[in-house]
Amino acid sequence: MSEPKTWRLVAIILIALLALFIALNIDHPAWAQNLLFWQPEAQREIALRLGLDLQGGLQVLLAADPPEGQEFEAGSMETARRIVESRVNSLGLTEPVVQAQGERRIIVELPGIENPEQAVETIKGTALLEFVDAGYNPLPAETVITTTLGGPEAVQGDVVTGTSSLTSTMGLSTTPEVTPTVSTTGTESAQPQVSGKVYETILTGADVANVGLDRTEQNEYIIPFELNEDAAETFSQYTASHVGQYLCIVLDKTVISCPTIRERIPGGRGSISGAFTLEDARQLAIQLRYGALPMPLRVESFNRVGATLGTQSVNRSVRAGVIGLSVVLLFMLVYYRLPGGLADVALVIYVLINLALYKLIPITLTLPGIAGFILSAGMAVDANILIFERMKEELRSGRGLVRAIELGFDRAWPSIRDGQLSTLIICAILFFFGTNFGASIVKGFAITLALGTLVNLFTAVFATRTFVRQVAFAAGEWLSERKWVLGV
Amino acid sequence: MFNIVEKRRWYFIFSGILIALSLVAMGVSYMRYGQPLRIGIDFTGGSIFVLQFEGPVSEGQIRDLFAEFGLESAIVQPLGSPEEHRWQVRTREVTAEEVGELLTALEDQVGGLNRDALTFDTVEPAIGSEVARAAGLAILVASVIIVAFMWFSFRKVPNAFRYGVCTIAGMTHNLLIAFGFYALMGIVAGWEVDSLFLTATLTVIGFSVQDVIVVFDRIRENIPKYRREAFERIVNRSILETIHRSLATQLNAMFVMVAIILFGGTTIKPFISVLLVGMVSETYSAIFIAVPLLVVWEKTARRRAAAQAAA
Repeated sequence: MSEPKTWRLVAIILIALLALFIALNIDHPAWAQNLLFWQPEAQREIALRLGLDLQGGLQVLLAADPPEGQEFEAGSMETARRIVESRVNSLGLTEPVVQAQGERRIIVELPGIENPEQAVETIKGTALLEFVDAGYNPLPAETVITTTLGGPEAVQGDVVTGTSSLTSTMGLSTTPEVTPTVSTTGTESAQPQVSGKVYETILTGADVANVGLDRTEQNEYIIPFELNEDAAETFSQYTASHVGQYLCIVLDKTVISCPTIRERIPGGRGSISGAFTLEDARQLAIQLRYGALPMPLRVESFNRVGATLGTQSVNRSVRAGVIGLSVVLLFMLVYYRLPGGLADVALVIYVLINLALYKLIPITLTLPGIAGFILSAGMAVDANILIFERMKEELRSGRGLVRAIELGFDRAWPSIRDGQLSTLIICAILFFFGTNFGASIVKGFAITLALGTLVNLFTAVFATRTFVRQVAFAAGEWLSERKWVLGV
Repeated sequence: MFNIVEKRRWYFIFSGILIALSLVAMGVSYMRYGQPLRIGIDFTGGSIFVLQFEGPVSEGQIRDLFAEFGLESAIVQPLGSPEEHRWQVRTREVTAEEVGELLTALEDQVGGLNRDALTFDTVEPAIGSEVARAAGLAILVASVIIVAFMWFSFRKVPNAFRYGVCTIAGMTHNLLIAFGFYALMGIVAGWEVDSLFLTATLTVIGFSVQDVIVVFDRIRENIPKYRREAFERIVNRSILETIHRSLATQLNAMFVMVAIILFGGTTIKPFISVLLVGMVSETYSAIFIAVPLLVVWEKTARRRAAAQAAA
């Protein structure tokens, strides 16, 4: 027998050690985390990501709900997703998820959130943005007012505008003037109140063509904006005659801020300046840009899992996995002896590689996802069983050790390949189904099962074969005389 | 040589009884609930709440409160032991706005809730029926692809078509038994069809070919090896040669699934259970149904050919 290729064994050991390092639940050094170049910089972290059903939280599935007979434009779904994302981010949660599902659905996952009403209103409120003439009396933020376009009763529910953080004063000024105006927006009222007055709406969100976010040389954040042609003329005339007065930005009848008009703003280009923090400025820019969603969204389903239930699920799954796999390891060792022991080593590597991949890709683990992983580990030994059974047959029919090993691997291969392929086909169907309907639990199962099947090709076929060859090379004669060690 | 194929009539009878029992379970479920399998809110729409109260509350209190919100037909059931104060409430679809009010009212009028353990799920009826349609399609597509795959793998074997059909027979057998089991558990324990059940069904379809493939592979290999032997003997030989592997693999899969059922998360127990039943049925049907059927087909075809030659 020719000497087995030692580099293979070395490669397997190195991969196993690397997987172990990643899979270990330790604080990984920053340089290691930064190697994950395929992930957005802010999220580069070597850690397991748990789905909502494991950490607790609220999941909302939204669907585009255009009025009868009306189609929405291509790309507007992505705009809607971005708006929803920005609104969700304003809730200040750790790692919320906003993803498009199929062509007309958006799934929103809010860890730790309990009140679906608040979340749903934040997400789907089709906010109406108005620029309102406030005369010489600025309105405090969060005041609810009535405008010429209607009163607060026209707005359903409480819309979270995120204005609580926008208490700084602002000045509306033309570019390039950047000096922040220190005009007070009136005394802070403790309770926002509805004043009886009807305010005149000068512009609405529909008149805004473009909104940016910029920083001046003085490190002040400003929000440059651009109006549509028609509105530009109106705005120019209006600003010319109302210099020194207040123009309030109102979202769904709730005042966000009231900058002063410093001078006439011609050409429809202006900017809002003030002592904002980056967050405030971004928030305001988003509200100006995305005051309204491109289409109404309907809530198709929502569900919430309590955090304690999630923790319980994690603990139970780990326990079930450890117990189940221990039995499998023991069975393989007892039933197939030496090769079984080698398959056990491969199975442990299999578990490590899978865990490492979950952290690297990253894959968000759900309860069915963990079940899929445990199941795939239990069935990962199938390939080895096929091989070892074949090996035993060949040994019994009188073939030499080395020949029996090679035949065992070669002849078992078609069955292994066909079985794996059929599993992958089913996973693809499950994945497609899960993606289209926001059934992330179905998707979770499909992903871990499919990934496991692929990893298994490496561990059960390549790694085990290398181990068996090495052992046969090192102790071939000894083994040939003691076939019981091989399970025969 | 131990002859498995010879006793095929007994396996067919045994499977017939199992399938009949499955159909009975589905029939009983249909009479009781109007559905052969109890369909959950994933496919019909509606809401389910799991409420963890901090102290004892009565079923009537909960029911009355839901009725105040126009949810008179709410089904209120205790979960776990009485000391846990855990209740499940199923209603028609509740909107996001109502949930908040409902929970506040529950706390005010019924008893303190442990919000950390609070779980609820709402599905709109419209998406439910859409999901149901897609689920049916997914099952159909999966079956067709798997059978086509079988046929492709064995295209060079004489009568490849028969292998495909026998695989379908085994697959149908497994699905009927898995469905029957679920219908039974629906009657006994209130299990309902949800998207995880669909996942299990598709997985059973996928695994329906795992054992069949191994035996068929061996038949393919043995046909040229034992040219003189009758087909029935070759088939029997192939089964015996592969049965160790089938059992060992099945055992390992069972180990992990039983571990998940006994020790794993409660919400996936029905899912794993139906998967377990489907996979045990799969190993059984591969050896005792699908492969013997192949022999029956072969014999019938031969008898016909002989009759034609004689005529």
